[in-house]
Amino acid sequence: MPDSVFRPFRSSDAERSDRAAGDRLRHRQKVRQAIRENIADIIAEESIIGKDRDRVIKVPIRGVKEYRFVYGDNAGGVAQGDGSSEPGQVVGRREGQGAGPPDRAGDRPGVDYYETDVSLEDLIEIMFEDLELPDLERKRFRQLLASSISKRKGYRQVGIRARLDKRRTVRAKVKRQHSSKRLLPRENSGEEARFPFHERDLTYRHRVSDIKEESNAVVICIMDTSGSMDTMKKYLARSFFFLLFQFIRSKYQNVEIVFIAHHTEAKEVTEDEFFHKGESGGTFISSGYQRALDIIAARYHPSLWNVYAFHCSDGDNFDSDNAAALRTAKELTEICNLFGYGEIKPLGSRYYESSMLNIFRRLEADNFQTVLIERKEDVWPSFKALLAKDRVREQNHPAS
Amino acid sequence: MARTYDVHDLEAWDARIREKVVEFGLDCHPQEFEICDHNQMLGYMAYSGMPAHYPHWSYGKAFEKLKTLYEYGVSGLPYEMVINSNPALAYLMRDNSLALQVLTIAHVYGHNDFFKNNFTFKSTRPEYTISTFKAHTTRVRRYLEDPSIGIDRMEPLLDAAHALSLQCRRNLAIRKPSEEENRQALLETAAPPHDPFRNIHRPAAYVEPELRRVPLVPDEDLLLFIRDHNPYLAEWERDLLTIVHEEAQYFIPQIETKIMNEGWASYWHKQILDSLELPQDLHLEFVVRHNQVVRPHPGGLNPYHLGLRIWEDLRRRGGETPEREQETGPSSPPMNGREMMFFVRETDRDTAFLRRHLTEELIRELDLFQYQPKGDELVINRVADDEGWREIKQALISNVGMSTVPFIRVSDADFGGKRALYLVHAHDGRDLQLEHAEKTLAYVHQLWQREVVLETVIGNKNTLLIRNDRGFSTKAR
Repeated sequence: MPDSVFRPFRSSDAERSDRAAGDRLRHRQKVRQAIRENIADIIAEESIIGKDRDRVIKVPIRGVKEYRFVYGDNAGGVAQGDGSSEPGQVVGRREGQGAGPPDRAGDRPGVDYYETDVSLEDLIEIMFEDLELPDLERKRFRQLLASSISKRKGYRQVGIRARLDKRRTVRAKVKRQHSSKRLLPRENSGEEARFPFHERDLTYRHRVSDIKEESNAVVICIMDTSGSMDTMKKYLARSFFFLLFQFIRSKYQNVEIVFIAHHTEAKEVTEDEFFHKGESGGTFISSGYQRALDIIAARYHPSLWNVYAFHCSDGDNFDSDNAAALRTAKELTEICNLFGYGEIKPLGSRYYESSMLNIFRRLEADNFQTVLIERKEDVWPSFKALLAKDRVREQNHPAS
Repeated sequence: MARTYDVHDLEAWDARIREKVVEFGLDCHPQEFEICDHNQMLGYMAYSGMPAHYPHWSYGKAFEKLKTLYEYGVSGLPYEMVINSNPALAYLMRDNSLALQVLTIAHVYGHNDFFKNNFTFKSTRPEYTISTFKAHTTRVRRYLEDPSIGIDRMEPLLDAAHALSLQCRRNLAIRKPSEEENRQALLETAAPPHDPFRNIHRPAAYVEPELRRVPLVPDEDLLLFIRDHNPYLAEWERDLLTIVHEEAQYFIPQIETKIMNEGWASYWHKQILDSLELPQDLHLEFVVRHNQVVRPHPGGLNPYHLGLRIWEDLRRRGGETPEREQETGPSSPPMNGREMMFFVRETDRDTAFLRRHLTEELIRELDLFQYQPKGDELVINRVADDEGWREIKQALISNVGMSTVPFIRVSDADFGGKRALYLVHAHDGRDLQLEHAEKTLAYVHQLWQREVVLETVIGNKNTLLIRNDRGFSTKAR
């Protein structure tokens, strides 16, 4: 038989032969697209609320699975034992039911993965991409001195040793050497004279401290914790606050969050208390708004902070308070970037009759939005509607 | 491990190995080796070893999966990869040790001989393998760059075609009869048989065969059938279907002979290396590597192990079949073990190989068992004993090669008189996986562009799976 040919390894080939790059990119695009198509379902799942942004969650992917006609799991098969196989012995579990599938090399098509891990961070990015949101308006006063970092700026002849730029120093020396040769040509060039560094050759990198600008925002979550708010309503409210908070956090560097719980009177609480402590009694919505106004006045002056306020309630307010609620709401719209009111009425709830939506209809402000949330699936569209208001406002008032 | 050899060492070893190859009577195509690093190897694996292959996202997915498995140490890379071409092309990983390279080279010649001589590969035209794949690549790229086609129109078609690519004829050594031959055959069957007592009998009524039916006989080649019978496909769409079909045809012989082929190559690399009188350090490493490759996988089935054991058994037994196992059918001519091996490597594929040469004794020795799902668990229902071994053998045969692909044929292209495509699944006790069936049927529908019906059995009930413009539905039959 003829000699075999050996083609030796060439690293140049290896470096430019990332042949799968294009197909990998296309695959990743498909994964992302599949997530985007399911984003509403994923957001409506309870598991993401109140979770750390670095958390990795499993997202089912449909678009990237490769389907073929295959046999189902009633098929069974043949495998090899270690010499002690007995009828009735358990050798594995059916696929997709807990523990990994048994290692059945060669007799089955491989099990395709159909879930992918996505960090919450990525998910939120995809969510915002889906919304196609423009960058939020940035006021001059939004930017605050936050931290100072030093950055390089030119060269100096004095400095500390650590910042000595050796290359420039040598260059300066060579320059000086050449010009001195030209000026004082030596007769006896036989022996190379030593040409030492001079202090003037030394070049140091210069650094100045750089003032980094940061933007601030505060999210004020106001929730009705009166007796009529049940778990389901709270859950819906929570999803909504979560989205709002995550959204604001992706846009501003420094975001604070304030929780105000109210029934007939309002108080500032921690997140945990906010969602878990139920109160009994009636509702004065205006009390919550008044408390928000107080907090903004005391800690978050609107010239320095972007204020986002959102209120969730079931709309079951005492009639006597409606006028006051309207007035305080009006005040809030004047100082907030965005103020939203979400009325949570799970389908079939008995509070259908009384609603604040009618009352707030009288409030005319283009940064005010009311939404009605009846079930989980409404959270996402409502959130979109709320942010649409923010967008409208931006178009009306281009950045000053 | 530091590499202490260079290409010249490999060439020297290769020359010695080739001497042995000739001595043992292996008959190979010319061989080419390409030395690559692990990234290139991953690339070759993702694209089935082809130097040129058309792009599709599924290969990117395969690459990522292989890379992840490799980087997390779940699976190593294969030591070698050979493609069935003439000259045969194999890749060697440069990071492997010398002993491993020597083993790999010997193993490659085993595959090479098998590719050249086994009957299932006769139809693959290895001289053109690489150029065919390259031509496919060029054509696909041209469609990709064509502004009137582009990736957005092409990708869905390729997705659908890939899903159906293995729904094709399995035994490529049998020629597919032409339309005319099918017609003749039908007419002949319809003609009443010759009756010597025709004067006494009433002549049998002549039933006219249905000659206007499309297809005349059920057709397995789904992609080709759709290509030829859906008039609304554009020229480039037909071409893509052809390309995907042709690529599948290339892989079918390899799917059909996995156990034989790997066993054969393992058998010969062992023979060759044992006869090379390796220095002790190389020999020890060889023994370790060899055992890693051909070790049994308890709870699974290692085709290298199973194949090697059957070949070794065949060598020992020759053509002798234990009496109680003799089945009716053609018996092999009497031969010695070695002749028998070379005869079998030419004439069998995995199903026949197992059926004819996997003996009861070997089944017992390998402790093969059959398992069935029971609740959430997989439970052994048969072990290799007096009653069980035949069933185990049968179950094994139906779990190798193309038998793992459900057998589905087009039986009518004008079902119900509305150009619906009627497919029939030949149910053999294994149900289709429903989610997959639903999605794959959607692909058939996408290509056929009319209603598609699949007749199958789900949970012992005859069922029709229907996919049309309104979506997916099932109907009891």
